[in-house]
Amino acid sequence: MGQSREAKGKVMRDGREGMVGRALHRAGLAGKSLGLTGGAALSMAQAESSLHAPASKHNKLVLWVEEVTVSFDGFKALNDLTLTLEQGELRCIIGPNGAGKTTLMDVITGKTRPDRGAVYLENRLVDLTTLSECEISALGIGRKFQRPTVFGGHTVFENCELALRGSKGVFHSLFGRMGRADRERIDEVLETVGLSDRRHERAGLLAHGHKQWLEIGMLLAQDPKVLLVDEPVAGMNHVEMERTAILLNRLAGERTVVVVEHDMEFVRQIARQVTVLHEGSVLAEGPMEKIQNDPRVIEVYLGA
Amino acid sequence: MLAEVRHRLLEMHSLRAWLGVLLSATLLLVVLPLSNALIPANSALHLPDYLIPLLGKFLCFGLSALAVDLIWGFAGILSLGHGLFFALGGYAMGMYLMRSMAGEGVYRSTLPDFMVFLDWKSLPWYWHGFDSFPFALAAALIGPGLVALVFGYFAFRSKIKGVYFSIVTQALTYAAMLLFFQNAAGFGGNNGLTDFKRILGHSLQAPSTRLVLYVTSGLALLLGYAACRFIITSKFGRVLTAIRDAELKIRFCGYESTHYKLFVWTFSAMLCALAGVLYVPQVGIINPSEMQPSNSIEMAIWVAVGGRGSLTGAVLGAWLINGGKSWLTAAFPSAWLYVLGALFILVTLFLPKGLVGAWASLVRRRAK
Repeated sequence: MGQSREAKGKVMRDGREGMVGRALHRAGLAGKSLGLTGGAALSMAQAESSLHAPASKHNKLVLWVEEVTVSFDGFKALNDLTLTLEQGELRCIIGPNGAGKTTLMDVITGKTRPDRGAVYLENRLVDLTTLSECEISALGIGRKFQRPTVFGGHTVFENCELALRGSKGVFHSLFGRMGRADRERIDEVLETVGLSDRRHERAGLLAHGHKQWLEIGMLLAQDPKVLLVDEPVAGMNHVEMERTAILLNRLAGERTVVVVEHDMEFVRQIARQVTVLHEGSVLAEGPMEKIQNDPRVIEVYLGA
Repeated sequence: MLAEVRHRLLEMHSLRAWLGVLLSATLLLVVLPLSNALIPANSALHLPDYLIPLLGKFLCFGLSALAVDLIWGFAGILSLGHGLFFALGGYAMGMYLMRSMAGEGVYRSTLPDFMVFLDWKSLPWYWHGFDSFPFALAAALIGPGLVALVFGYFAFRSKIKGVYFSIVTQALTYAAMLLFFQNAAGFGGNNGLTDFKRILGHSLQAPSTRLVLYVTSGLALLLGYAACRFIITSKFGRVLTAIRDAELKIRFCGYESTHYKLFVWTFSAMLCALAGVLYVPQVGIINPSEMQPSNSIEMAIWVAVGGRGSLTGAVLGAWLINGGKSWLTAAFPSAWLYVLGALFILVTLFLPKGLVGAWASLVRRRAK
């Protein structure tokens, strides 16, 4: 019975956090084998239905990474990693080198195919790991690379034009015309990232910090639901770093922002919720203060 | 509607640049032909008949240079196999020209001479239809287009890029050349197709036919230029350049880069095939040597010397190098390849943006 209660507890906890799909399924199976009571089954059903109903803003989940394993030549970059993201949160992912942070981003955006596991977005209709980079992008996942990647030959404005949400097909690109709404959207984005007066400059000639902001601006133009940001402040000075912190905080709320960062000072500045990766799986998760005092985290990362 | 067209045209070129295009087109398509047709032969302003096919040939080279520049200069795809598409277009045209003179060959057979010589009794299936000009023209564009589409589909899908892609295109062209050298392939073996008599009923030797072919080549070049310009000034063109500079990033922006590459690659191949179509009746022969590696490499050199990514540079490069080639191969026949090689090295080292790029930076410096 003690075991049974534990299983029930797991279901309840998963239900509260909105964890569904395979995790729930697995729990359900476990429940069956343990002869779970009807009450527990009911609570599972409730857990599932609460997901489909529009829950309160901060409980709605937008991204599920489920039991993902990626190995390169026998080395497990991600090891049975499970992670969920809530609508509108700003999540920092930290971890020592080789913990799998960038690989995780690669899996979510379709650059790397996992050996096992699945990634779901919002309504859980499709497994992202079966889609191409561009299809994933079209579903609403944007990514900012570790090194600032902008289209150097194009102007700041054109960079945003290319990122802008809308049809990305060959024929539309050949014959389509940019409308006034699109222009206004780009103006708005450039205003947000503070590059309005540089709109006609070639992106390749921008200073490092400006490139980073342009890239964030391009993500805004893309208007994704989930924004993955890889080391946004690498190579930035303090002033630039603070501006970036403000920018990222502003972005969170309406969208979900995931930041992979090495710079602990910056993480302290922006973090609400922190996930620590270690050897390809989640070591700890929680608010920054809790993480900072977690002895396991200190051992593998902070103390080092 | 009209305002929109005007707006789009001004996006493609500034008014001044359009005037330049118009002026060059008038010179090539009106002034030169008139000086051949109307000015008496003893005048210094008369353009002699023998120069017309030569200049027509240059126009075709200009068109194939555009095709190479479109993919290399803007999408960063270096093809060392455009000689294949050029030759395939040329062969389709040659097949029409052979069929149109059925019964007039040396053997008075309805089959082309080389088939009689090989003791073939009937036309191979793939020669059927080529007695019709529209069919041949369609085949000349669709055939190479399909080859490019299928090849490109597998190459781009497998993410073959950069120098590897160039090598594969070169290998493909070389393989095709070996195939066309075979008598059994049914394309006339190493002699290719030649001894053409007439096109659409007009003698190929007649000055008027040659003039029409010249003007047609000029129009094709002009339209090809406008089409390339339309492509690169559209958002499609900006996506292409973005693929060249950061392909992964543009994929994360939601663009299926493979589709873009496939489209522009196929379009470029068809443009090059069109050049081959117009080339063959003007030079009077098509044989497998058009597919030899050096031909395709030469196209890339035209573009590099003229300045890639500028379209006009590609055309100018093609003209300059072929002008130099015509002169040098007559004056010092053995020196040409050395000169070409040296030129390529010098341009790569000292004029990375080619002659047009060097000219532009000179003008900019002057302006300062």
